[in-house]
Amino acid sequence: MKNKMTSMSKASRDNLWTILMLIIAFAVVQGFRMGGLVNSHMDGMLVPICVYATMAVSLNLVVGILGELSLGHAGFMCVGAFASAFFSKLFENSMGVFPRFLLAILIGGAVAGLFGFLIGIPVLRLNGDYLAIVTLAFGEIIKNLINVLYVGRDSNGLHFSIKDQASLGLAEDGEMIIAGPQGITGTPFNSNFVVGFLILLISTIVVLNLINSREGRAIMAIRDNRIAAGSVGIPITKYKMFAFTLSAVIAGCAGALYAHNLSSLIATPARFGYNMSILFLVFVVLGGIGSTRGAIIAAVILTLIPEVLRFMSDYRMLIYAIVLIVMMIVNWNPTSRAFIRAHIPGKLSGGKKAAGGGEEGR
Amino acid sequence: MVSFLNYLINGLSLGSIYAIIAIGYTMVYGIAKMLNFAHGDVIMVGAYIAFSVITTAKLPPVLGVLAAVFGCMLIGICVEKIAYKPLRHAGSSLAVLITAIGVSYFLQNIALLVFSSNPKMFTPIIPMNMMTIQLGAFRIQTISLVSIAVSILLVLLLVLFINKTRPGQAMLACSQDRGAASLMGISVNGTISLTFAIGSAMAGIAGVLLCSAYPTLSPYTGAMPGIKAFVAAVFGGIGSIPGAMIGGLLLGVIEILGKTYISSQLSDAIVFAVLIVVLLVKPTGLMGRQVQEKV
Repeated sequence: MKNKMTSMSKASRDNLWTILMLIIAFAVVQGFRMGGLVNSHMDGMLVPICVYATMAVSLNLVVGILGELSLGHAGFMCVGAFASAFFSKLFENSMGVFPRFLLAILIGGAVAGLFGFLIGIPVLRLNGDYLAIVTLAFGEIIKNLINVLYVGRDSNGLHFSIKDQASLGLAEDGEMIIAGPQGITGTPFNSNFVVGFLILLISTIVVLNLINSREGRAIMAIRDNRIAAGSVGIPITKYKMFAFTLSAVIAGCAGALYAHNLSSLIATPARFGYNMSILFLVFVVLGGIGSTRGAIIAAVILTLIPEVLRFMSDYRMLIYAIVLIVMMIVNWNPTSRAFIRAHIPGKLSGGKKAAGGGEEGR
Repeated sequence: MVSFLNYLINGLSLGSIYAIIAIGYTMVYGIAKMLNFAHGDVIMVGAYIAFSVITTAKLPPVLGVLAAVFGCMLIGICVEKIAYKPLRHAGSSLAVLITAIGVSYFLQNIALLVFSSNPKMFTPIIPMNMMTIQLGAFRIQTISLVSIAVSILLVLLLVLFINKTRPGQAMLACSQDRGAASLMGISVNGTISLTFAIGSAMAGIAGVLLCSAYPTLSPYTGAMPGIKAFVAAVFGGIGSIPGAMIGGLLLGVIEILGKTYISSQLSDAIVFAVLIVVLLVKPTGLMGRQVQEKV
């Protein structure tokens, strides 16, 4: 056993620790729940924590590994949420709970992945600032479109409209499924902590495996120097597209989990807007850009903190803003980097080379 | 026909506000080579300063506008010195962009704490009895004409400033080659501060105009116009001042006509779709220069 551990590369040992950490955390929380030590309020937080941690894993893949900034990740989550909730409503009475929910999650992931792929075609031709702003634009477009989408069902089948409920022309036995700005109501409550944990665990394993694979190294080569990576024959667009789509799939699965934890799913700015995308970005930045484990820990802590420190709620967002600015300056200012390197020994001082591409800042 | 002309003028008026904001974006991008994401929130801060002076302190509107301009100028310079300057040599555009997002978030939340999230009714700077002007068959809102006139005036002044004065020439030099400019004895730090000061002052003016035309003021007022103005700057070709002007006007007209004739709920989506199409067809914008990327 000892022999095996030492023969493993440092990276895969590190990954094993991340996965172990997740499993231990899960076991501890489950133990507390069995023992009745978790109050109902905290119990209600468990699924959102899984959702946000999964989103952090997903966004870390784009920001930390691919090195491009996506400000529209809440949009992918929104697509996944609505696609899966739509599916669940459609087959609410005609399928068993387990296969339906499994399919709903897969569909949420697949539809979000499809959107990620389609959006990636124009977006990934761009770099840096442009890419960030276009992903933001797409996030807003998705939210806008869902808010004008009406879908109803009656004995004649499905009806679609982007105007209003009346223009669907539903028969008397018809029911609304997506009601424009009112969204989807009455999605079955299928999400629970175990499913949430499994989604988080699988996403983490997939991303960690990707990072250690040939593809992952190609993606990181693109991040570190796009032109040099291209000149050694790495197909840049293909790998960028791959990472971006995978990230969207994971975000879609998180969205499906999120949707099945809510009685009414509405595409409000507070839930799926730009502010949510920024929150996910805060998770990734605080956890250390490029570190999957860090992103998960940051997501869990930052989701719990406001619950624990309710009296600080007015200042929470302000503190996030300051955290973003200070983290960036401390990590990237040449003087402070030299200081950290000189005074803090070990792993920290190496400083993960995160995003940035080949842009020269003279 | 009359109503179409009215919509067109509304669009041009909104567009001229976008143009003023977009010029700030484009100048900062041209010289500091960074996307100042917080620019939109400076508009909001400017509007709140003007609101405090005009509505709360009941001082004349002229003082309110001046306070907004100088207040924003100060904020622009401070933000640049505190948040952006330490990262100028970091070699990562992502780090600067995330910092700018942090600044944007910071300004929004400060405003939220100081002024609360309840929207404030902004008192328009135009006196009540002069709100509209009757021109032949149709009525025009005075603020529309003022916005258009102010934006044209500002662009002319700015072009004159850049082409005819020494600090303006220094800005041009910094935007072309910062290293060479500093070798010629130009103070790069000073020039970048000046750029932020001018851009933020214009954001202050834009804030007052925007809230005079659309008088609800909340901490999030600046975010959307800021992003749309960035779209306008990209549309016109980022780095080009006439481009930002044309991009802003076009975008305003597209937004208002889209809202009227296509769908009011989808107007934002239409604006963003324009951005995506422009970036796909002509990534350098209408008047942008092609920049060759080197290793």
